[in-house]
Amino acid sequence: MGAYIVKRLLQSILVLFGLSLLIFFIARVVPGDPARAALGNLATEEQVERLRAEMHLDKPFFVQYYYWLISVLHGDLGKSLYTQRPVTQDLVQFLPATLELMLFATLISLVVGQTMGVLSGYFRNSWFDGLFRVISYAGVATPPFVIAIFLLFIFSQLLGLAPGVGRLPITMAEPPRVTGFLLIDSLLAGRPDVTLVALKHMLLPAISLAIAHIAQEGRITRSSLIDVQQKDYILAHQVHGIRPTKVIFKYLLRPSIVPTVTVMGMDFAFLLSNAFLVEVVFMWPGFSRYAVNAMLSKDLNAIVAVVLVIGLTVALVNLLVDVTIAFLDPTVRIRRRGG
Amino acid sequence: MSSRKEAALAVWQARWKGLSRGWYRYSRNPLHVVGLVVLLLIGLAAGLAPYITPYPEHAGPYTNFREAGLPPSKAHWFGTDRVGRDVFTRVIFGYRFSLLLGIVVLSISVPIGVLFGLIAGYKRGSWIETVLMRVTDIFLSVPPLVLAMAVAAMLTPNLFNAMLAISISWWPWYSRLIYGMTVSLREQYFVRELELTGAGKLQILLREILPNCLGPLLTKVTLDMGFAILMGATLSFVGLGAQPPTPGLGTMVAEGAKRLPAEWWSTIFPALAIVVVILAFNLVGDGLRDVFAEEEV
Repeated sequence: MGAYIVKRLLQSILVLFGLSLLIFFIARVVPGDPARAALGNLATEEQVERLRAEMHLDKPFFVQYYYWLISVLHGDLGKSLYTQRPVTQDLVQFLPATLELMLFATLISLVVGQTMGVLSGYFRNSWFDGLFRVISYAGVATPPFVIAIFLLFIFSQLLGLAPGVGRLPITMAEPPRVTGFLLIDSLLAGRPDVTLVALKHMLLPAISLAIAHIAQEGRITRSSLIDVQQKDYILAHQVHGIRPTKVIFKYLLRPSIVPTVTVMGMDFAFLLSNAFLVEVVFMWPGFSRYAVNAMLSKDLNAIVAVVLVIGLTVALVNLLVDVTIAFLDPTVRIRRRGG
Repeated sequence: MSSRKEAALAVWQARWKGLSRGWYRYSRNPLHVVGLVVLLLIGLAAGLAPYITPYPEHAGPYTNFREAGLPPSKAHWFGTDRVGRDVFTRVIFGYRFSLLLGIVVLSISVPIGVLFGLIAGYKRGSWIETVLMRVTDIFLSVPPLVLAMAVAAMLTPNLFNAMLAISISWWPWYSRLIYGMTVSLREQYFVRELELTGAGKLQILLREILPNCLGPLLTKVTLDMGFAILMGATLSFVGLGAQPPTPGLGTMVAEGAKRLPAEWWSTIFPALAIVVVILAFNLVGDGLRDVFAEEEV
């Protein structure tokens, strides 16, 4: 087990190293002078030259990359042209809002997806099963920003059931920042009313993020359930008069845990990129909206940092998923030990 | 009739038979046929957009503020946008750019990915495989949308660079697919036998292994047309793709969204147009999968 984790870790580091080389290369070959962009049009030629030397832009590509890598490993990702602050500081400020949203969306997709999967698998070929199939088709074919706009339009603007954009109404002050998670910070500040409002604001963006994943997770649970249902031991349980709910939760659902965790891991990357669009629509002050704004203002340091952070996060999540599966699935565990 | 002609005829008859059998399998699910019809209609409309749309001049930087923000009517089926352009016309032109984007992206990324996959799969166990597949892994280490957005942003955002950026993030998926198939095909007897008779590597790769990958490849290409269009729309939605006044479907959704809920038609119709085309490609792709899946049995 330990050797396996080390091997996966080394692979991830190698890939991340390659990713940094790739993204740094693209950032350097695109037309435009980063030093000139950093100083603006008013700077004199000498000032630009001095900054070019400071940023090592006058040296060959691999030397530039070396200096850049050293500073990245020291936690210095350069300065953002868009916010005029160190990129690291920006990331720390904007990441919690995105993480909170993604965790909430994952929770929704797990609960709703499992429930729908179980129901449509248990009542196979019923109207509910048909409805679920339609929803999962639509969930795959509809881009997240379209889902987000539809939800915002229908539930917030037409029906007035949900609040509009943002994490809190403009009139409401944010609680003092401790973790950056509004739900936690407001509770720490002793303001459960703020927690409730924040939760309401999070509902629509989280559902927009969750819909595609509800479909996917539900389908896996459904097919796994149908698969297991035909096994003899299930029939034996039923014949012995064990309650259906107990059969479902204790015997039918268990085999779907491993594929569900696998898919959650694979889907994490998509959840992350879908968050980009949902945050834009809901004006969510998170990491993804920061990233989009950095991209629109061609802020090279911030773009490179964003890509690296995402690469790192995806690698960590994949590692976590692989290790979890190795723990959950006895066949994987034994194969690893033997081989 | 010479025997040569007869043989040629027999080949064509066999092909026709295979084709009609394929169509039978495809058409068993009516949804697949609906998808195909919708796709043909969209393709036709997009191709003939300058001739069949009611106001072709509205596809560009046209303004007429007296007709701005009109709701759907007989004259303007999908209403007009904030500067008085016919939304229906712009949606059809949007399809034109979307399909163009899909075709360009796939014609760049499919050959590169296929080449990588074929070589890496055939050279299994050598350093060439390691290098090619590690490079593939690097491109797959961030979600394709993020990579495409970053690349499009670092180049100057426009339709052409969006195509380039999506292609850069797309080819590794083909590399993976073809790699897997090549690895299993090269162990088959017909490939082994050819190797023993001294057939060239190029011949084995292009004439034996590649044709056997075509079914799944075609299915994936069809499904990916939908996803490439989705990504193009996404890029133009955030402002990193087609720039106004080019009628990108995503651009139109983004511009219209500022006017929600009052002028809902300038957002909702382009948004539905995106969903329809992606759904259609998905249905056709599923149909093709059914056709090829059963042929393997």
